[in-house]
Amino acid sequence: MPADGAAVRDRLIEIVAEVAATARAPIDLSAQPAVVLVVGVNGTGKTTTIGKVASHLSKEFGLSVVLGAADTYRAAATEQLAEWANRAGADLIRAEPGADPGAVAFDAVAAARAREADVAIIDTAGRLHTQGNLMDELTKVRRVIGKQLPDAPHETLLTIDATTGQNGLRQAKIFAEAVEVDGVVLTKLDGTAKGGIVLAIASELGIPVKLIGTGESLEDLRPFDPTDFARALLAE
Amino acid sequence: MFDQLSDRLQATLSDVRSRGKLSESDVDAAMREIRLALLEADVNFKVVKSFTATLKERCLGSEVLESLDPGQQVVKIVNEELTTLMGGASRDLALASSGPTVILMAGLQGSGKTTACAKLARHLGESGKDVALAACDVYRPAAVEQLVTVGKRAGAAVYEQGTDRDPVDIAAWALDRARAEERDVLIVDTAGRLHVDEELMAELARIRKKVKPHDVLLVVDAMTGQDAVGVAEAFAETAEFDGVVMSKLDGDARGGAALSVKAVTGKPILFASTGEKLEDFDRFHPDRMASRILGMGDVLSLIEKAEKQVDEKQALDLQEKLKQDRFTLEDFLQQMRQVRKMGPIGSLLGMMPGMGAMKQLKNADVDEGELDRVEAIILSMTPEERANPAMIKGSRRKRIANGSGTKVQHVNQLVKQFDQVRKLMRQVVSGKMPDPQQLAQMAGGGGRTPRPKMRRR
Repeated sequence: MPADGAAVRDRLIEIVAEVAATARAPIDLSAQPAVVLVVGVNGTGKTTTIGKVASHLSKEFGLSVVLGAADTYRAAATEQLAEWANRAGADLIRAEPGADPGAVAFDAVAAARAREADVAIIDTAGRLHTQGNLMDELTKVRRVIGKQLPDAPHETLLTIDATTGQNGLRQAKIFAEAVEVDGVVLTKLDGTAKGGIVLAIASELGIPVKLIGTGESLEDLRPFDPTDFARALLAE
Repeated sequence: MFDQLSDRLQATLSDVRSRGKLSESDVDAAMREIRLALLEADVNFKVVKSFTATLKERCLGSEVLESLDPGQQVVKIVNEELTTLMGGASRDLALASSGPTVILMAGLQGSGKTTACAKLARHLGESGKDVALAACDVYRPAAVEQLVTVGKRAGAAVYEQGTDRDPVDIAAWALDRARAEERDVLIVDTAGRLHVDEELMAELARIRKKVKPHDVLLVVDAMTGQDAVGVAEAFAETAEFDGVVMSKLDGDARGGAALSVKAVTGKPILFASTGEKLEDFDRFHPDRMASRILGMGDVLSLIEKAEKQVDEKQALDLQEKLKQDRFTLEDFLQQMRQVRKMGPIGSLLGMMPGMGAMKQLKNADVDEGELDRVEAIILSMTPEERANPAMIKGSRRKRIANGSGTKVQHVNQLVKQFDQVRKLMRQVVSGKMPDPQQLAQMAGGGGRTPRPKMRRR
């Protein structure tokens, strides 16, 4: 008897969802302040993600947020984050262009402690995983944060562009080696791209997707739902 | 870039080459390997299918199988087909004969449009064009500020009107201004947009209608997977782009997007961005890229880079000095700086034929920090010391080491290496081939020492 097509599809969705749900854990903001470090390749949406996260935390949960503009490299990156901080009503710790990103991160965490903020989110410059010295720099930023507040960062998020192909696995692997990534933010899921690469990231590296970005507006950042994801991936 | 694809293709082809005769099943097996290599490299599956079909047909032709060296013929065919796949002959921008040439940049968010604008401006400026940039991304926070900053760095004028006007109006205003100021080129930066966002795509079409660009360039992230095709198709329809700028090619070991885009849209890749710096931006030559992928090197690009940097008079001077054995550390420093101006040493090595196959070289992360240290050491010497390194003894060594923030061993090492280089040059100038053992000694004589970390550049 031929298998029922719909049943096969449902089972397939289940299996994919199971893989996608590997090592699932919520974003941990229990520490005071909870420090979140955001890293990723150029143009994957770090700053936008941070803006959205900060807005959610401050507007919906009433948490006080400090943003650290540790992308001191890209032109106008700080201004971009400043605009988001403004919209979210968050404090911004910034430095001159070209300043040491580690120092900015350190100051941001220090400020969050002094102001008794609930969350500190550190933005970093986009970098290609193939640039060894820039990855070293990132390791240093993480270490410096730990010096200011032991156990920090409590959450390190890697942004991955949903249109990325097989390259995404390599990105995740190398970033994880540099800064112990806790979770992936899958951005730009609103196009035709489905972000299938996060399956490989979850199954091979055990790094779960924690958030998805599906658009430009503030509401377009959501927790990751493995079943929805699997369904979209296998959509006809 | 393309390392992974390159490795697999080269392995397959070297197997084919090692056979004296090729049977049909040998060709089949090779095609299978090539197909897998391309699929793994994110090349669009339809493209892979037609590519391997063409390849196979050509490889099974009698002129190949019956030739004296069928393996070599196959390599030649693969090279030719790869070149065709990426667009055949390289194409340049269509510059207008009079009035400003208008170039419209489009792409997804985060594909690297703003950076590409600045890099293109610098590239055109280098060939004597007077370039202006128009800031039409009014959506992303601080996009205008970013263009202003990078535009200034690239030596281009930036026309901006803040973020309160309609981008279509800004583009029209910028074009008027470019005409009035008699600029050669106007590059219009636009906001990143998703190809499925109808409203923004319509806006892009309106900008295009308004400014009638001579070239519309689509900026594509080289790391894009199978989705690259859908994106390119959608943009082809609305923006009717003429060519592609491949960004972040240095982060990409596969080349899927680069290999698929031409086949799917029929539009060639005009430029490729290969690094963080503004000058890491070059015209894309399919033929040269194909040779690089197949490990045959890209001597032409290397020569072009060298020609840009090397001053002929200086070169003659140097030759004279070498002949008379007057080559000093000062000259050594100048030479080193000239070579480094051409770009990171690692990327230069990739252009040398055969270098791709040398594993130890490929994995040797060329240490730019070590070169910085050599510079620092030489700069800490007095002119006399640079001219006559033999005079550098105990206390001078200590002083130089202190001055350059290095150790006495490093100074010793440099002086010793320089001595070897000089001996070698004497041999070359006198017409004798250098002793390969000596060369190896020099190459390995550096010794790894802790390098300065955290350098951005």
